[in-house]
Amino acid sequence: MSEIALPKIEKSIIDKKKEIVKKLSKLTNSDNVLSEADELRPYETDALSVYTQTPLAVVLPENTEQVSEILKYCHEENIKVVPRGAGTGLSGGALPLQDAILLGLGKFNQILEIDYHNKCVVTQPGVTNLGITHAVQHKGFYYAPDPSSQLACSIGGNVAENSGGVHSLKYGTTTNNILGVEMVMMDGTICRLGGKSFDQEGYDLMGLICGSEGLLGVVTEVTVKILKKPEVVKAALIGFSTIQEGGDSVSEIISSGIVPAGMEIMDKALIEATDNFSKAGYPRDAELLLIVELDGTESEVNELIKKVELICKKNNCSSLKLSKNENERLSFWAGRKAAFPACGAMAPDYYCMDGSIPRGKLTEALLEIKRLSNKYNLPVANCFHAGDGNLHPLIMFDGNDKDQLRKTEEFGSEILKTCVKLGGVITGEHGVGIEKRELMCEMFNDDDIEQQLNIKKSLDEKNLLNPGKVYPILRKCAEEGRVHVHKNKDKFPDLPRF
Amino acid sequence: MSTKIKINSQIFQDSNNTYYPKNEQEVSELIKQLYKSDSPTEIIGTNSKNYIGNKTQSANTTSLSKLSGIIDYKPEELYIKVKACTPLEEIEKVLSKNNQELAFEPIDFGFIKDGISNKGTMAGYLCCNYAGSRRFKVGSVRDHVLGFKGVNGKGDIIKSGGTVVKNVTGYDLSKLIAGSFGTLVALTEITLKVLPKKDSSNTVAVYTDEASKIFDLFNKLSSSSSEISGAVYVPEEPKNEDFIKNKNDVFKFNDLKLNTSFLAFRVEGDKISIEEKIKILKKELNLKDFDYSVLDIYQSELFWKKVNNLEIFQKTKNNILRLVIPPSHGAELLKSLEKKYKYYVDWCGSLFWIEVQSKKEEKIKDLKKLANDFGGYLTIVKTSSNYDYGEPIFTVDSIRLMISEKIKKSFDPKRILNPGKMYRGV
Repeated sequence: MSEIALPKIEKSIIDKKKEIVKKLSKLTNSDNVLSEADELRPYETDALSVYTQTPLAVVLPENTEQVSEILKYCHEENIKVVPRGAGTGLSGGALPLQDAILLGLGKFNQILEIDYHNKCVVTQPGVTNLGITHAVQHKGFYYAPDPSSQLACSIGGNVAENSGGVHSLKYGTTTNNILGVEMVMMDGTICRLGGKSFDQEGYDLMGLICGSEGLLGVVTEVTVKILKKPEVVKAALIGFSTIQEGGDSVSEIISSGIVPAGMEIMDKALIEATDNFSKAGYPRDAELLLIVELDGTESEVNELIKKVELICKKNNCSSLKLSKNENERLSFWAGRKAAFPACGAMAPDYYCMDGSIPRGKLTEALLEIKRLSNKYNLPVANCFHAGDGNLHPLIMFDGNDKDQLRKTEEFGSEILKTCVKLGGVITGEHGVGIEKRELMCEMFNDDDIEQQLNIKKSLDEKNLLNPGKVYPILRKCAEEGRVHVHKNKDKFPDLPRF
Repeated sequence: MSTKIKINSQIFQDSNNTYYPKNEQEVSELIKQLYKSDSPTEIIGTNSKNYIGNKTQSANTTSLSKLSGIIDYKPEELYIKVKACTPLEEIEKVLSKNNQELAFEPIDFGFIKDGISNKGTMAGYLCCNYAGSRRFKVGSVRDHVLGFKGVNGKGDIIKSGGTVVKNVTGYDLSKLIAGSFGTLVALTEITLKVLPKKDSSNTVAVYTDEASKIFDLFNKLSSSSSEISGAVYVPEEPKNEDFIKNKNDVFKFNDLKLNTSFLAFRVEGDKISIEEKIKILKKELNLKDFDYSVLDIYQSELFWKKVNNLEIFQKTKNNILRLVIPPSHGAELLKSLEKKYKYYVDWCGSLFWIEVQSKKEEKIKDLKKLANDFGGYLTIVKTSSNYDYGEPIFTVDSIRLMISEKIKKSFDPKRILNPGKMYRGV
């Protein structure tokens, strides 16, 4: 796999390893510091497992004060720090560095307060996304953003990446669903941004931290909004015999004033793959499959389903099935949620891309991807969050064939550039990390990037917190790897991926 | 501004030392010149909300009012891209033709100032980040900004975001710009998320003035899956005070009782689902125990317009406070306000708009303390003409101030843009 440029290794720091480990043990306790080779191995990578690095040491603090003391010490001693949540990130944001401490937030695993009156939950960052919903669902509440790895990904990581999910068109991403964070800056300063009330006065620092990929601070507490579950949720499974007709239906649904809770598309390759894998009962003759989910009151949902049905029939849908009950609705989603592992079963390796495009460009994008697939002679399967324009092409290849690997990388890069050309962006929800770092200049010019780097510099003047991520090191548009999964050995093969 | 710059600058300048750059390039050139000559400038749109915030410490003014017009509107993509100082009203009109809207329900701050509508520009509104009644359901202004372009304090044209809803490419600077009162960039372009308008709305008014009952109702409303999209409490005003407008002059509707306090909530959707939702809510709220009435769509629409025009404070000469707290402390706060202030409660119990008469300024300090104790904050949105600034307009703790100073410096190292508008030294 491709080599990737990382910040220059400070040998003097590596030489001081013993001393650093001793100090870290003092700042938390020795059980919370890992420094032996076998202890460090599980932390060598996140879910972008193609890249591995052994950290200098792993430290697992237990409270905010310890995080503050550790960061303060590292700041004074010029030691780099890489923060890590559950390690499920797909863009290499938590990739360790050889001369850096890996700061794991795994011990921050408690929900601190459930406040139904203010409709919020105060939680430590290591709690999983789904853990929050589990804690409040008995009262009919839930936490809205639902990245597909929600079973394992931590809420702190969600804040770092501004994670989305299937329902973000209607319910927004993480940034729209949090009220406050407690954060420790690189120099050890502890700050509270926001709280339980809406729209804090002054600069929206919480908005800046959300999605900053661990470059500006370490989040040690999060206050999230919880919502009451909608009364009724129904889904429709609709097949089309051409991409164009399916794409047009998506545009028409949105234009008609419907805001679906979720709207997903799969192409023929993926319909077959997922149906083989999960026996979801999808229409296998369809060229394109659309899943539309609607929520609200009974009559509202029935009315919307009628409208969706009408639009799809007008666009010559080849099949249309409505969920009759909750089990059937979940079965509609089962195949879609198995999209990634299903691809893993079809080829030795696959690359997952993550670009966003305007919804109306869907047909154009899919046809271009098809053309590129022929050009590179590599099969590709497409899933698409049609509601919010987030595209996940999965390129299938054999990583043992060096030529295929090179071609896959070129193919992937061309797809992301196509997204930008169509008015979209290079990452919708997986983050830039190290993976798309060099593609940042497809979207931003030097002035844009300099402004962002100046913000980083103003909050971390020594560039010690998660250096080498998000912003190009070489300041050139090199083409690097994407999510690479070999022999279906994803870091977390069981996790559903959207 | 130095004579040299005046000679070199081709940008139109009026007798009040106000510059009117015509496009983004001219904004950039102007700020580059100002940066070179260390000359701070006040950034304005059409000046509709100039009473909010501190007076800037600057010798000249830059009006972005010429940067106006819709650049790109794609109803099917749910976004609109506008030049920064496009009048909000123009945007709302265009959206309305396609049955769409800015879901955060912009407040019309013109009524407080001059007694007439003046919504000002999109950039001005974004810089305040003050969302209207639908806030608790759909988010604030910042939640509807997809991207922007602007000029930082060095004169560099920068951008962030795009036109798509899902975008995690680089820092989310749109959030930072929202509510920054023009202190970070001079905005030149804004892209907003737009949403379809609901077919219809009804408003239910419940007549009560008991703090505990009011906040119990607010709590039940925000816990309901019926998705109400507005909830206010409007109390009777103190009898012994002299205000320009009385609540009973503003909220005059066929189906709304006068001379009594009320809580009103809005239900939106198609006609059948509105009926269905009201039926559910009547049960959830135990409305049979209350006196209540229902305003039909015509009354309902006008009612929420009046709420979001801040019409009960029309032309006021007094101080207007905006106090936001977690709603669980609302009943307590309400008790301390009762019959002493003219106020109303929005955002389903989170936002208090309060009028404090100029002779009672010392009360602001007490209210601010209460807000802080409850985990919220208080902003003095409008000061009376003789306000002594004993209490600062915005409140900030020392750590957030330190971070804000750093952020300001990263955008505007020489403090050229709206210096001091929010905090001294920022």
